[in-house]
Amino acid sequence: MSILDSKIPEGPIAEKWTNHKNRLKLVAPNNRPKIDVIVVGTGLAGASAAASLGEMGYNVKAFCFQDSPRRAHSIAAQGGINAAKNYQNDGDSIYRLFYDTIKGGDYRAREANVYRLAEVSGNIIDQCVAQGVPFAREYGGMLDNRSFGGVQVQRTFYAAGQTGQQLLLGAYSALSRQIGLGRVQMLNRHEMLDLVLVDGKARGIIARNLVNGEIERHSAHAVVLASGGYGNVYFLSTNAMGSNVTAAWKAHKKGAYFANPCYVQIHPTCIPVHGTNQSKLTLMSESLRNSGRIWVPKKKEDAEAIRAGQLKPTQIAEEDRDYYLERRYPAFGNLVPRDVASRAAKERCDAGFGIEANDTNEGVYLDFASEIKAKGKQAAFAQGDHDPSEEKTIELGKKWVEEKYGNLFQMYEKITDENPYETPMKIYPAVHYTMGGLWVDYNLQSTIPGCFVAGEANFSDHGANRLGASALMQGLADGYFVIPYTVSNYLADEIRTGKIPTDSPEFDEAEKKVKDLIQKFLTNNGSKSVDHFHKKLGLIMWNKVGMARSEQGLNEAIQEISALRDEFYKDVYVPGNADELNPELEKALRVADFLELGQLMARDALQRKESCGGHFREEYQDAEGETLRDDENFKFAAAWEYKGMDINQSELHKEDLKYEYIKIAARNYK
Amino acid sequence: METYKLDHVSTDSSFLEMLDQLNEQLINERKEPIAFDHDCREGICGMCSLYINGRAHGPDTGITTCQLHMRMFKDGDTIYVEPWRSAAFPVIKDLVVDRSAFDRIQQAGGFVSVNTSGRTIDANSIPVPKTDADKAFEAAACIGCGACVATCKNGSAMLFVGAKVSQYALLPQGKVEAKNRVLNMVRQMDEEGFGNCTNTGACEIECPKGISLENIARMNREFLTAALSNED
Repeated sequence: MSILDSKIPEGPIAEKWTNHKNRLKLVAPNNRPKIDVIVVGTGLAGASAAASLGEMGYNVKAFCFQDSPRRAHSIAAQGGINAAKNYQNDGDSIYRLFYDTIKGGDYRAREANVYRLAEVSGNIIDQCVAQGVPFAREYGGMLDNRSFGGVQVQRTFYAAGQTGQQLLLGAYSALSRQIGLGRVQMLNRHEMLDLVLVDGKARGIIARNLVNGEIERHSAHAVVLASGGYGNVYFLSTNAMGSNVTAAWKAHKKGAYFANPCYVQIHPTCIPVHGTNQSKLTLMSESLRNSGRIWVPKKKEDAEAIRAGQLKPTQIAEEDRDYYLERRYPAFGNLVPRDVASRAAKERCDAGFGIEANDTNEGVYLDFASEIKAKGKQAAFAQGDHDPSEEKTIELGKKWVEEKYGNLFQMYEKITDENPYETPMKIYPAVHYTMGGLWVDYNLQSTIPGCFVAGEANFSDHGANRLGASALMQGLADGYFVIPYTVSNYLADEIRTGKIPTDSPEFDEAEKKVKDLIQKFLTNNGSKSVDHFHKKLGLIMWNKVGMARSEQGLNEAIQEISALRDEFYKDVYVPGNADELNPELEKALRVADFLELGQLMARDALQRKESCGGHFREEYQDAEGETLRDDENFKFAAAWEYKGMDINQSELHKEDLKYEYIKIAARNYK
Repeated sequence: METYKLDHVSTDSSFLEMLDQLNEQLINERKEPIAFDHDCREGICGMCSLYINGRAHGPDTGITTCQLHMRMFKDGDTIYVEPWRSAAFPVIKDLVVDRSAFDRIQQAGGFVSVNTSGRTIDANSIPVPKTDADKAFEAAACIGCGACVATCKNGSAMLFVGAKVSQYALLPQGKVEAKNRVLNMVRQMDEEGFGNCTNTGACEIECPKGISLENIARMNREFLTAALSNED
């Protein structure tokens, strides 16, 4: 049997998880305090996992690199969280959410995992409400919903444009409760720098205390990685500045396979790039596509005039606007999935219709004028005014928009100095989320026994493209409702093990390697900053492993990244000392891993000779520019095994994906 | 105090991008870069801080430092940058301070004691009036950045604590433990060395999320009721 045993339970899909849970082994309450568990990362997946495991009675140590667990990047998710509650009575069901997620992922996710996700989605909402998460409500006191891309029901729960914040603060409150009770030990400002294996099992980590630089050894009977995604390999992304792949990558180098690294989500609605000193990109929530219409001018000369500042978007007549998503995909319109919307924007800008006056002319409009009029009219009618003046309509419409999206509009105005109530927003796709991640089986265990992976850090649920409002759902499902069961099953065999010592040769070796690398960077005395290399890597990735990929470009990328990596080790300059707060050193350690990952991403994209979801190979498209999948040859998850320093030696393993409950078909949003 | 000179700053750059640019210059000159806290750079994680020209999060309202843009300054300006000023937030290095006191206040009671089984009751079984839900959300929008403490002449954390107490006090799920929560959180707040509130209102003005003083009033009410009637 291949090492890639997905351990999908037998039986009908709707009963798999229940049956499986009934058969999983348990650890008795009196034994749990003898067992140590490490959780790395305190976003939705990590905080919920640490809180749940602590609550069960295990000895939990949780780690985050931020100054507080409440700051993990889940906090920045805006739009919402999906759940198959069918509160809106519009035909939603567990099956429908399962189906939408598989289809949205372009038939590259594992059926059983996705079904489980849909199955527990309702409980997430119950749990969060019980924790005091203030979701948006209707006047009757019931929970409100809205719609997201790639679906035809309203199943998204939200808290204005700050849903991630409210859910994370909910998980943080559960975690804080356990910290207060002494069941979880929280280590803020700590970064995991290696995974320690003893007899082939994950037995602890090496972490750096970012305040005093101390290299610490922490042992455990199991390690849960919930360290997020790797979008920052592109330098510019919507991720937080500190988001990094290091924890996951170190596990990969110790034997955990890395799956589908080429599946990256490029989000269609972000604020366009303004200049070379830009440090990150800002997302404008997908929820805006409920109300905003995306367009570019129909005439190239209009686009040129706009870029030159001679025309304003509001001066372009209705018939001269190309609402290209509504034109190409009438059934879903502005609410097509993210990968489809992003590619369509790129297609228009590449063809010369972009409206932003930056280096690449990359930008399109997201326009709220129609919605402001429609909602204003509705509001006037509700007030008994059946013939409102245009002025009143617009005033009421703006009020409605403000209530729904106020914080996003304010955020946009602060960044761009333009008022989106008066003029359409300018947007363009940006790197946002990574579907790929460490390979895990149905129990969320990686190919290293005792190393579990939750949330964005694993590869399991979103296939080649994630639907909006599903990341929050997966993070909490993994942390609250999957990890506690499956980790306990693993730990049931550990009750006689006793405390794992940290003075073993394995810990010695791992610590030495970390210290050597730090020393190497600090004494390298090169001539260029870490950011110099990170920006260069980002450009290679964006241009050649970004929204459109080709065999030639990918081959070039592999060579260029490999050369850049050599140059980085020769010529990087890292100031400061090892025994202090040293942000440049932190960055150097992260970029070192991004340089290896970037090359693997290009290799993965090169071997996948098809287009699916976020992975678009120029060679594989139909006459209308839609993706062409090759199910005969590529219906598998690509899991890479690390084979040493040269990433070109990494070995590909394939997990065939079986579709028993959903008929595999071409994705169609027309 | 150190003075640095920086040229070619784009008005479209954020304040932190300007600091990145300065650090890049310092690194190239083989000087030690300036340490400052930051992460999401979109005004929601609460990690960035900085007292800029005598104001928490700088000369603009309703934003964090990462959302402050250089167009707010004039060419040739000298900008004064300091870390958060508060005895309860000791400086770690340069502009970085330790705000873990906030975490400890949350650990003392900033939660609903419900286990994470998912087996609670259906989310819609207790209707919550929209106005209550909206007010709870407005209080819960606090990002825990500490601007309220930094800007307060007494170094008071009552806006921060009041916001958390209010969120739960306004929702039916939070009412069960309301008394213990407010007593425990206030006790911890006092132990951490935060000052008292004298109703100046500077915190509300500088709060990047517009958390209202109303929350302090509500906390005082909750505290008084709990202190007078607690049976423990």
